[in-house]
Formats: sequence, C-alpha cells, structure tokens
Amino acid sequence: MEKPYAITLNVGSSLANHTGTWRVEHPEYVHRMPPCNNACPAGENIQNWLYIAEDGSYEAAWRELIKENPFPAIMGRVCYHPCQVACNRAELDEAVGINSVERFLGDHAIEKGWKIDPPDHETGFSVLVIGAGPAGLSAAYHLRRMGHTVVVRDATHAPGGMMRYGIPQYRLPRNILDAEVNRIKEMGVKFEFDTRVDDVHDALNEGFNAVFLAIGAQLSKRAYIPASESARILDAIKVLHDVEDGNQPLLGRKVVVYGGGNTAMDVARSAKRLGAEEAIIVYRRTRDKAPANDMEIEEALEEGILMKWLSTVKHAEGGSLQIEKMELDESGFPQPTGEIEYLEADSLILALGQEVDFSLLGNSADIDTKDGVMPVDHTMMTTHPGIFAGGDMIPADRTVTTSIGHGKKAARNIDAWLRMTTYEKESDKPVVAFEDLNTWYYTDAPHAVRERLEASRRVQDFSEVVKGLDESTALYEARRCMSCGNCFECDNCFGVCPDNAIIKLGPGKGFEINMDYCKGCGICVSECPASAITMISEV
Amino acid sequence: MTTTPVKFYQVGSFAVGNRLLTEEERSGQSNPDRANALTSGHRACQGCGEALGARYALDAAMRAANDQIIAVNATGCLEVFSTPYPESSWRIAWLHSLFGNAPAVATGVAAALKAQGRTDIRVVGQGGDGATVDIGFGALSGMFERNDDVLYICYDNEAYMNTGVQRSGATPPAARTATTQAVGEEPGNTFGQGKFLPRIAMAHEIPYVATATIADLRDLEAKVTRAMEFRGARYLHVLVPCPLGWGSASCDTIKIARLATQSGLFPVFEAVNGEVVASTKIRHKVDVEEYLKLQSRYAHLFSPTRREDVISHLRRMADKNIARYELMGE
Repeated sequence: MEKPYAITLNVGSSLANHTGTWRVEHPEYVHRMPPCNNACPAGENIQNWLYIAEDGSYEAAWRELIKENPFPAIMGRVCYHPCQVACNRAELDEAVGINSVERFLGDHAIEKGWKIDPPDHETGFSVLVIGAGPAGLSAAYHLRRMGHTVVVRDATHAPGGMMRYGIPQYRLPRNILDAEVNRIKEMGVKFEFDTRVDDVHDALNEGFNAVFLAIGAQLSKRAYIPASESARILDAIKVLHDVEDGNQPLLGRKVVVYGGGNTAMDVARSAKRLGAEEAIIVYRRTRDKAPANDMEIEEALEEGILMKWLSTVKHAEGGSLQIEKMELDESGFPQPTGEIEYLEADSLILALGQEVDFSLLGNSADIDTKDGVMPVDHTMMTTHPGIFAGGDMIPADRTVTTSIGHGKKAARNIDAWLRMTTYEKESDKPVVAFEDLNTWYYTDAPHAVRERLEASRRVQDFSEVVKGLDESTALYEARRCMSCGNCFECDNCFGVCPDNAIIKLGPGKGFEINMDYCKGCGICVSECPASAITMISEV
Repeated sequence: MTTTPVKFYQVGSFAVGNRLLTEEERSGQSNPDRANALTSGHRACQGCGEALGARYALDAAMRAANDQIIAVNATGCLEVFSTPYPESSWRIAWLHSLFGNAPAVATGVAAALKAQGRTDIRVVGQGGDGATVDIGFGALSGMFERNDDVLYICYDNEAYMNTGVQRSGATPPAARTATTQAVGEEPGNTFGQGKFLPRIAMAHEIPYVATATIADLRDLEAKVTRAMEFRGARYLHVLVPCPLGWGSASCDTIKIARLATQSGLFPVFEAVNGEVVASTKIRHKVDVEEYLKLQSRYAHLFSPTRREDVISHLRRMADKNIARYELMGE
C-alpha cells in the first residue's frame, strides 16, 4: 500500500490489541443458591420456576415445579411458606408472594387439565407405600416417575392423610386435593384404601422390593384432666375426621379447645362453622410461644375465636370448666398461680399434639423407635434394611411440605438402594445474602395481597377463606423475584463493560465473556443485580 | 381484589435491558447490534469510566443521527488510549487536531458540511475536562456564542489523568492530585476555585445544556437523543470516574458515579435556552462520606485524623446542589 510521507505502518483496528493479557482475574457466570430454594422443605427450585413463569410460560413453569413437588395447588393453600420468610426481597420492600404464584400455577394446571406422563420405561421393581398422606403420595409420585411399580395402602377410604382428615375444607377444598392426587393415579400408581397394614414384614414377603412407611402421627396426646362423668371431652383429630366423613360431632353452643397448635386453630374454626356460638382456645403459654402458625391465629381471631392465653384446664364438668391462670417463669415455662376462674363450656376438645401409632408394626420389634418416633438414617432407611420411613412419624417438623420433602428424599434413596447404588445429592451451593445483591436496579414494588373472604361470611360454611390471584397479579408477583444468584438477562453486564468484552448470546442463552479483551476490571460483577457473576483469580 | 397497581417491570426501569421488555423499552446499549463506536482493544485502564461514557454517548448519537456522525476529539486520555499509532478503536468518522482547539475544529467541520449542503451529517465535539474546562475553554465559548451546530460532550474525570493526575478547573475541592498534594492546613485542592462548566454554558443561553453520569445509562441516552433534536450549540457534561486518578477500585467505577449523584455532589439536570427544565431526583440519599471514602484522593480526610470541617464543607456543597437543582422529592 502506498503510504503518505513519514508513515511506515498500515492503519488498523485496535481489535488486534488483545487487552485480555492485562488481566489477573476474570469474571465467571455462576448459579448460586437462592434463599427461597434453600428454605423450601420440599426442595423446590423456586427461583427457577418463577423465572420461567415471568414471561407467561405457565406450563413450563408448572412442569419445572412438579419435578420436585407434585402438589402446587395444595402447597399454595397449606404450605407455611418458609421460602417467603427467607426471601431477600423482604429487606427491600416485601417478600415475593411465592406461595400465591405457586397456587396460581397449580390452579391453572388443574383448569387446563395438564397431565404428568407415565414413565417411559419400567424398572421391574415394586415398592409398597404405607399411608396415603403427603409423604406417602410424594414418595409414590417420585418412585413412579422413576419407573417403579408403586402400590399405596391406606387405612382410610380416601387419599390425602392429614391433608384430608386434619386440614379443614375452608383451607383446602377437596376438589383441589382430588385433582392433584388423581394425576398421580393416572401415572399408574395403584391405591388400596380401607386396607390397614398390620405387619410391615408381611409386605416384604408379598414380594415388594422395598417399603416406605408414612403412617403419620394420628393418636391424640392425652392430658390427665380430672372430670366429672357429665363432662363432654373430645379429641381434635377425631372431630376433624368426623367432619370430613360427614358425621357431624355434637359440640354444643360453647366449645373450648385446649391447645395452641395448628390443630387447635383448625378445630376451633371448624366448631364455629358447625354452629358453635362461641369457640374459645385455652393455651397454657402466650401467643408468641404458641406453636400454631401466626397467620392461622390471626385468621382465627378475625373469625371471632376467643383466646385464653396462660391458662390450663384444671377440672371439667358438664357445662363448665375450671381454668387456672398461669404465669411464665424466668426460663419461659408456665407455672400455676393458683388463681381459678370458671368457663362455661358444653364440650372440651383436646388438641395437645399427636403421637405415632406404632401398633401397625405388629411383632416387628426389630425396627427401632425412640421417644415416640422412628429414627431413620441419612437415606431415610429405618434400622430394617429395605424399610424406609418419613413424614410425621420420623423426628422432624410436622408440616405437609416437610413430609413431601421426605417422600422425595426417600424415593431417591429407595431408587438408589434398589439399584444397589447410593444417591449422591448435588453439593450445596453458597446461599445468596441480601448484601450480595446490587439492589439499586430493582424498582420498589410492594407485593400483591390475596383477597380473603370476609370474616363474618367465612364462619357460615366451609368455603375457602383465602382466594387466589388472577393472572396479571400472579405475573406481577412472579416478576418481583430478584432472581438471587441466577442470571435473569437484564443485560447489565453487557451494557456496563468498558471493553465490550461481554457477548450476548440471545434470549435464554445468557452471556459469554470474550477473554481476548476482558481486562478483569470487575464492573460487571459489581453491577450484576442478582450476584450471578463472580471473579476468579488467575494468579 | 385488593392489589397494588403494577408500576413497571421490576428491573426494567434501571437495568440496561430485561428479557421481558420490548426492544423500544430497553436501553440502546442492550442491543447486540449497537454501534460500538469505541470498540475493544482500546488501551484505557481497567474499569475506565471515560471509555464507557464515550461509548454510551456516541452510540446514542449514532442512533439519533442514523449513523451519520463525525466526531472531533481533543487531546487527552480518550484520544491517547483509543488511537495509538497506527491503531484506532473508533468505528466512526473521527478527527483529532490539538489539545485546545477541538470546539473550533468542530465548528469548521459543521461549517464545511453546511457549505456542502450535508445537513444529514451531524457533528460531535468531545474531550476531557482539561481540554474543555481549561485549555479549549476559549474556543468552546466562541462555539457557544456563535451557536454553531455542534454537540459538545465533556467527559469529566476531574483532573488531567493522561499526564499524571494534575489538577484541572474541574477538580473538586479537597481532592488530592499530583499538583494539589494532601499537605498543610488545607490539604488537597483549594475550596472556592475551579468552575462548573454546565452553568457557564447555560449563561451562553445555547439551546441545550445537560449533565449526566455513567451510573444512569438511560438518562444519558435520553439526553443525547434530546440534544440531537436541536440544531445549534449543545453541551453535555458527563461525570466519568477514573479509578487511577481517584484511587478507587476498578470494579467501583459505576458505583462511585452513582454515589456522586445520590449524595448530591454531582447534580444531574437539563437546561433549555439557559433555564433548568428538569433534574433527576435522588432515589436513595447517601451522605457524602459514602462517596468520599471509596476514593484514596480523599483519604486524608479520614486519616491520620478525621477532618470533620472539610467533610462538612463538602456536605454543604452537596446540600447547596440539592436545593439549587431541586434534587429531592418526586
């Protein structure tokens, strides 16, 4: 090329100058653990299904969700959503309404009639699940997805366990329960109702390769209460069971419920719906010490349930109860004060917690039990090879979601055990803290509130109390997710790089770093809203 | 149904883009086909604010002018790091003459285009604060006075960085530079000296004057686009932090620009025909200290002894900006 005077080199683009050689560290896209996923007892990938739902791909979001938990519509009603307690957005404005989006997806799936495909192959193994509650159903679902033959036996005549016989209809309508359980039936899981298993060992002799025990905790705990013969004392689980079976229990006009757990709230609220003029909860400690979920206490109060905190039932007679006032000592335990009052009551319902009915173990003394529950190892196996257990009968939180998590974990371990391998859980990734996020980029957007039935109308019947979100509100709520620890394609890294060293790969494909030009300044890491990029040292 | 009205997509308003937004709702920088007026391989330091500011501004100008842009560059970091002989990082028509004459050269380019009847080609003059506020100030004032059809963009990194961080007329009070050392009773740059050029530009009553920072891309793009709607002299003053000269971490460049606006030290506003017509409100107010402590040019305000008097003085300057440009409120 002919060059002008005093020019010796050809002009060229600076692209020839690979400034990447200056670098001593480089950014890398990562996936971290969002706090919601970390807190979910059922191990749902919440951030991921919210992300998928954000562009309106509800079916794909639902399918992602049910990889871990087959009951989104049930979850959206009865789960106490520890995910929302953990949500980082709470520190910005309010937690994302994960539970309401889950319910929307679950209801939407029922409405659209989405099905779960049966497994594409059969393994030839068969597993007996004892108990059709949340743990048993969850295990059956996951085992069936893996291609095993699954039989579920239950002593009652309908599936659901405590979801049917413990949780009243105003919290979980039965058509929702039936719809989600039906899907599992349609996958080929065999159900045998009204079949009480008296000896687990017989099951193994029948030819099942493994057994999953999930019989729950169905025996009401008793407290010794001196009572005259005319006193009417009932047990909460029995009352809820009778209501479900259509046998209206005789409670009278004034009902006193003794206990401070969720069952106490459920039975008191049910009593009101059954026509009791007054339902009073008597609990020996204070409200903040009561094991019931705060939302349930709140809803009970709204419905006119009266609460007598720091009180015990001393003596029961027909039509009247002797109540003793308590006070908390320094260590927080209630101590009697000797102060007595009388409370009119036609019936007293005991809701003091439940115990496991081990009678079904029959003569099988070779399975250990301890402190009224059944210990299991890290694979959910009992001390008897091939017999696994989960749900309320093992030592853990007694919630529907925890049980569903047990079912999943047991299914994975049963599958591994049948194949004579071990199930390797993915190693835990670091959890994203609020401080890890660059929240400048998130617009303040308070969460959408779910409508609830007016308290006065609620107590007339067993209609559902909490309503669902409509589509636009559910979408809004899903989009409030800050996507902690995972890229959501906000283009920030692509925009803020002073060296144009970020390559945008297109929708759904994310980004790549052009190491030829990346100088390792780290601006992309600082300006990533979601903490989905990290710096890796090269020296 | 008791719900909160949907304001906007949750990150759409502040992030560069978002997969949920339409193309029109995203920033220009989110477009993979953006002009990249300043391309890779340039020799700016790690985390250079000026390289970022120049690409943001020129890409927006290219979009506004259907890619018909001629840029005239003053001497300075931007010129040096982008065009070491024989390489160029520019993907636009680009001209460099001297340190002090960029506005005059831009005037000449505009006049030549006018003579040729090429009104479709637009002219952008650009330089650092040294070239703009000090050395080329006379030429710039003349360009304003004659209302020549040029958009002049100053990338303000508050000192002569290219030659080794010497004080300029845009260096803020108390900042340490090579020529304003942190020694004596009043360490760093002197209070009450220097100038804020946007206000001088406004005094010329030219059609459009605006300030912006690299911390608010959408605002910067909107102002370039707005400026290109006018004919005549226009001035855009962009704050571009310099990790080397300010003594900050290279990853904090945008964060520091953001803190400059959120503390009130750097007011973001626009003015039409010499009158302020809008200002960008502070979203999350921070104390000036948040801004100062990330930069070693202010380290002498905190150690060995804390200079509360100097910090308060800077805080009063921020408060004055907040009042003058109405930076708080809706």
